[in-house]
Amino acid sequence: MLDEGYVTADGRQIGGVMMDMRGITLRFGGVEAIKNISFDIREGEIRAIIGPNGAGKSSMLNVISGFYNPQEGEVWFHGKRRPPMKPFQVARQGIARTFQNIALFEGMTVLDNVMTGRLTQMKSGMLAQAIWKGKAEREETANREVVEKIIDFLEIQAIRKTPVGRLPYGLKKRVELARALAAEPKLLLLDEPMAGMNVEEKEDMSRFILDVNDEFGTTIALIEHDMGVVMDLSDRVVVMDYGRKIGDGTPDEVRNNQEVIDAYLGVAHD
Amino acid sequence: MLYREAGDFKTSYPEDSQTFPIAFDRWRYWAVLAIAFLVIPFVINDYWASSLMVPFLIYAIAAIGLNILTGYCGQVSLGTGGFMAVGAYACYKLMTAFPDVNIVFHVLLAGGITAAVGAAFGLPSLRIKGFYLAVATLAAQFFLVWLFNKVAWFYNYSASGQINAPERFIFGTAVTGPSAPAWAQYLVCLVFVTFCAVLARNLTRGSLGRSWMAIRDMDIAAEIIGVNPLKAKLTAFAVSSFFIGISGALFFAVYLGAVEAGDSFGITKSFLVLFMVILGGLGSIFGSFAGAAFLVILPVFLKIIGVDVLGWPTEMVAHLQLVIVGALIMFFLIKEPHGLAQLWRLAKEKLRLWPFPY
Amino acid sequence: MSADFLYGIEVIINGLMAGVLYALVALGFVLIFKASGIFNYAQGVMALFAALTLVGVMEGQVPFSHVINAVFGTEIHHFGWEVPALLAIFVTLMVMVLFAWLVQQLVFRHLVGQEPIILFMATIGLAYFLEGVGDLMWGSEIKTLALGLPQGGSLVVEDWTAGLGGDDFYGFFIDKLDMVATLVAIVLVAGLIGFAQYTKQGRAMRAVADDHQAALSVGISLNFIWVLVWSLAGLVALVAGVMWGAKSGVQFSLSLIALKALPVLMLGGFTSIPGAIVGGLIIGVGEKLFEYMIGPMVGGATENWFAYVLALIFLVFRPQGLFGEKIIERV
Repeated sequence: MLDEGYVTADGRQIGGVMMDMRGITLRFGGVEAIKNISFDIREGEIRAIIGPNGAGKSSMLNVISGFYNPQEGEVWFHGKRRPPMKPFQVARQGIARTFQNIALFEGMTVLDNVMTGRLTQMKSGMLAQAIWKGKAEREETANREVVEKIIDFLEIQAIRKTPVGRLPYGLKKRVELARALAAEPKLLLLDEPMAGMNVEEKEDMSRFILDVNDEFGTTIALIEHDMGVVMDLSDRVVVMDYGRKIGDGTPDEVRNNQEVIDAYLGVAHD
Repeated sequence: MLYREAGDFKTSYPEDSQTFPIAFDRWRYWAVLAIAFLVIPFVINDYWASSLMVPFLIYAIAAIGLNILTGYCGQVSLGTGGFMAVGAYACYKLMTAFPDVNIVFHVLLAGGITAAVGAAFGLPSLRIKGFYLAVATLAAQFFLVWLFNKVAWFYNYSASGQINAPERFIFGTAVTGPSAPAWAQYLVCLVFVTFCAVLARNLTRGSLGRSWMAIRDMDIAAEIIGVNPLKAKLTAFAVSSFFIGISGALFFAVYLGAVEAGDSFGITKSFLVLFMVILGGLGSIFGSFAGAAFLVILPVFLKIIGVDVLGWPTEMVAHLQLVIVGALIMFFLIKEPHGLAQLWRLAKEKLRLWPFPY
Repeated sequence: MSADFLYGIEVIINGLMAGVLYALVALGFVLIFKASGIFNYAQGVMALFAALTLVGVMEGQVPFSHVINAVFGTEIHHFGWEVPALLAIFVTLMVMVLFAWLVQQLVFRHLVGQEPIILFMATIGLAYFLEGVGDLMWGSEIKTLALGLPQGGSLVVEDWTAGLGGDDFYGFFIDKLDMVATLVAIVLVAGLIGFAQYTKQGRAMRAVADDHQAALSVGISLNFIWVLVWSLAGLVALVAGVMWGAKSGVQFSLSLIALKALPVLMLGGFTSIPGAIVGGLIIGVGEKLFEYMIGPMVGGATENWFAYVLALIFLVFRPQGLFGEKIIERV
């Protein structure tokens, strides 16, 4: 594997290191949720984090998105060390995410929810918005166009004006993805995008993830429990167990890693 | 044509996101404005102005203000009375310090001062959430009222501790003071209401409004998608207090004329405006009007029925009013948390599809 | 010891006793909040209502008499009997239990699972409702509560302490009623803690407080527990109403003690009984001392807001209160 990247099995060119986690340790009181973990995410790649329940995967994602600040270790983004940041500052650097338990804004319509994804891009000040006509309205329209493209892309046109609270689970997951995409992120974090879905919905979601990666060139890091999906989708996989990293590599390498089989897959296949 | 949506296609995004997407609503909106501006001023008399129209308009501004904070941004405040007092006293100090400046600027500036005070008291909202914050805003309520009662500078060392609105003119007509005609008082309040409502609508439809609603619905998720909670909450406090300050200034200068902080801006005022917002509908500007209208009309209505028609003691009717308002609050929270505005919206949704609901 | 110093101590002692009463009201809040997540703004009005009912029953007033008189043109006021205090307290307690049951059945049953802030606003509605009902039922004039509780300063304490501070000091002035109230409050708090720790219902109550779902699944009736805690809150309200009512008459301002209990809760944390007690004492002493030392410089009446501002500043630095658990946010 060269520093300039590598070529995947299906012929995609993967770029240099975008996000580099170095020696991350995260504690809650006396509990170590993450123990000295290092791994990287490369430009254009689909990177999976897997592991049994309580392995620390979601905590890891929360560290990347700035929700938790690790006690030890460094986060490097685009070749620069990232100082401790608030989550909204991280979002403005171009990192968007979805949540394990859907975190949509229940009181707003689908369209408004997706529009919130554009908040990092909308710059008009309070006065301009109060006047509305002119700058604020133009900005709104321009952003609306971007959002409508994403709505088309994820095939949720029909429910645009529906309050999110009324939607079924599978659609909510899709709206959440739309909201994350609306930010046009460089790095997209997906926390169990397929949890609780049936086979058909999983297929749809997998297709969307691949399309996002393919069409927008978005780098994706995802947590997922469905092994079949992970092995199919991802270019490289990090395996975590009890807060430690026990494996890292292509799906094939991970599948044949003895420690991973013992700690994780072995148990699952018993 | 009464209500029509099918076949009313929009061809551009601005058209789709306008305030009243349905043509019939647009017509009605202009009709209401026309009546309010062109008809009512000519027919209004002192009784209608002082018992209904002027308090309705002023409370509507306060309700819009609180609705922005509570209904849109999800931060419950029990300090509305205190912030109205800031508006009133700021307006009074400005009126007496700069008698040559037009009252309109005094009122607007009073709103601006209240916005600054509101933002300062909004600072704890970063650490404190939910009803902890609601209780914390009581600190603003009690402290501000105490301040205006105790520090004589605020009431220009007057012997009574009251503040009295001097006479001020707009285009040669008195709008404050005892000789101000009813129609002028009404018209001044109407202009401010219209201004505030349009401002509130614009601020809630764009990115600022969305960041408020995101904080309201799920603050953690909002922060992770890029909303700066400090900015969102403080702007909500500031904008909300701006409106509340204007309403306080008008309440003092135009409506009452003479004010004592504890009597006019006590905790009951905070609850009254909160009730308007709950009954009218959280997160709805139309609801702010509906709630204000309802709670201004109710006592007048009860007084006419109870005291004038049935001959009951005034005191008893007042107690009955407490029972009714309390029961209504509970009823609406159980049955329709989005208030009168939601009832209206549901009726409209039915009408839009009528006569083919399926 | 100098007289100033001793007067300072007197202020602290009086503050402690006022604090006990704040703690008592705050306790009513904690009980309901722990078991149902409802922050009951109406607690103060419940105290007023209980005191009004007690007076009304003792004097044999006909409930809603002036409403009946106004509507039907009759002239009824009293049944013509007087009820002994103990029986009247019992009757009042029954009324409070009935009230608890009604509130649960008619209001909060329908609001289960709502956001805390909605529940809070509902209790503000309840407070208005109950205040109106209380006034309609018993009339709104100021009433005196003649339970025969001791009044006035305690001469014993005054004589006993007079020698402490030389000629300028005349002994501690301590109200006898405050002493009784303190005693009653301590007994009540001990009783409630005992109830929660050692009885079957108490254990069920704590289980519900911990986890509604889990409590349901082991066969605890949530509805019963909620009626129970509202009844207990009614009991606390009655005691608070009697103490404050005996002190300054039964009138509307009595319901404002609820507002005083709020900062107590913010300080102590909404879920902690010891927190309510310590918070009450801190606020009681703090506001008396502040008024004694700083008050004269700024024009007095600082008691109106001191507690809130103290709680506000405190909360900014420790949002979970003195005894509350630290909040770990998750997504």
